[in-house]
Amino acid sequence: MNLLSGMWQWLTDPTNWSGSGAIPARALEHMAYSGIVMVVAIVVAVPLGMLVGHTGRGSGAVIGVAGALRALPTLGLLTLFSLLMGLGLVPPLLALVILAVPPILTATYAGVAEVSPAVRDAAKAQGMTPTQVLTRVEVPLALPVAMGGIRNAALQVIATATVAAYINLGGLGRYLIDGLAVRDYSRMLGSVLLVAVLALATDAVLAALQRAVTSPGLRTTAH
Amino acid sequence: MKATLQNSSRPRLSVWRRAALPLAAVGVLTLSACGSSDPLNGDSSGGGDGTVTVGSADFPESQIIAELYAGVLRDAGIEASTEPGIGAREAYIGAVEDGSIDLVPDYSGNLLLYVDPESDAASGEEILDALPDALPDGLTVLEASEAENKDAMVVTRQTADEYSLTSIADMAEVCDQLVIAGPPEFQERAYGLPGLESKYGCTPQSFEPINDGGGSLTVDALTRGDVDVANIFTTTPAIKQQDLVVLEDPENNFIAQQVLPLAAEDRLPDGAADALNEFSSKLTTRDLIELNQSVSGDGSVNPQQAARDWLEANGYTDA
Repeated sequence: MNLLSGMWQWLTDPTNWSGSGAIPARALEHMAYSGIVMVVAIVVAVPLGMLVGHTGRGSGAVIGVAGALRALPTLGLLTLFSLLMGLGLVPPLLALVILAVPPILTATYAGVAEVSPAVRDAAKAQGMTPTQVLTRVEVPLALPVAMGGIRNAALQVIATATVAAYINLGGLGRYLIDGLAVRDYSRMLGSVLLVAVLALATDAVLAALQRAVTSPGLRTTAH
Repeated sequence: MKATLQNSSRPRLSVWRRAALPLAAVGVLTLSACGSSDPLNGDSSGGGDGTVTVGSADFPESQIIAELYAGVLRDAGIEASTEPGIGAREAYIGAVEDGSIDLVPDYSGNLLLYVDPESDAASGEEILDALPDALPDGLTVLEASEAENKDAMVVTRQTADEYSLTSIADMAEVCDQLVIAGPPEFQERAYGLPGLESKYGCTPQSFEPINDGGGSLTVDALTRGDVDVANIFTTTPAIKQQDLVVLEDPENNFIAQQVLPLAAEDRLPDGAADALNEFSSKLTTRDLIELNQSVSGDGSVNPQQAARDWLEANGYTDA
């Protein structure tokens, strides 16, 4: 109970809600890191997943590499990149991109690859070029699955972006790392709660987006 | 236990092999006899029969110093074995008190704060003066070495030359131009930014928290020039390897942490204290840096080997 009431005190202390190191500023930093990571990961993983899903070439290699990337611990990568590149924004963002790419890549690949061959053939029979087959048939059909991968990645990135505070950056992880350093468990618990709320809120937004981008035809069959 | 036995007996293995078994049997009988009569009896470690058990905390430097103490005692003709990696201070002080070890290396400042949290002694002398009275009955400290492992403000040689820095007082004059790196707790602990502010009037341009306990990320940030000053420990090997400058601390913002033996008052055999005091007068912070370096990184050796090499190089035999 002490811990919970301590956490509540920390969360409701007005001095924690205004200023440069305060919760709103840290939450914004946290969302900024996560946002940049997600944009980079989507730009890398979605086209690659589409290409591999569409052509079917190199799927074994891509899925294998994606699986191997998932096994890499983010904190270890952060330490390695920081030792190689020094302090700054790039090492933690790169480590988080490596965390985010595999779920997006495999989901996009799976979404495109699982489009029924009959639908593809029908599109070709109507005279669609390969590009048209991809953009008008495969991508719309793959979007719900790909969005699932993006939601998955966003959750992981928001939860793991706390490691940015392991070195000299901000984000909500600052409270987690600083709290641990001075054994202030109330502060740690409060920051964990904030990260969880942020992750769930983001997931709710992405779930709405996922529904919105799902083709109406798929939406009715899903019911 | 196996490692300890091999370690202590290796140089005269053949003689000991023959003697070891019956001795061990006698030892077991003796121990079990003691144990059954009074499990809390402090003599069960064998202090009475002249064998000293040296414990250590669970980090390499403490283990190395414990091996050095044991080697020094053996050099003085006193049987000694080691019991490495006991744990944190609570654990190893308890082990000295209950008699499972007779001796353990410790650091003066933190030991004093452990036994007397209210103490405001900061300089090496103040701490050594305060320690004997503050220690609980049955515990004593022998003479302290000049070797220290404590927090320090460290800069590169280049930064030291650029601003002509030799102490934190010099640093305070240009503090607003400097970026300091350290562990996150440095922002809040009394010896951290609050201490620099109150003791030296130094408020840095910014503070960069790096959560690796003064390890290679912090050292790299310093040598790469990402930061100007770093809070790292005085026995970090990088200080020697990278030619870093440890700034003096005239106001004792970081309290002294001299290495010294914490011992059970009545259990050290004759001559043990003299041998350890003589050893402590020789040990320097530079030695600790080199010993730490030899057990970390490429081509590293274990603490026993590191201690044995040092003892051999410094004229001790039968380590």
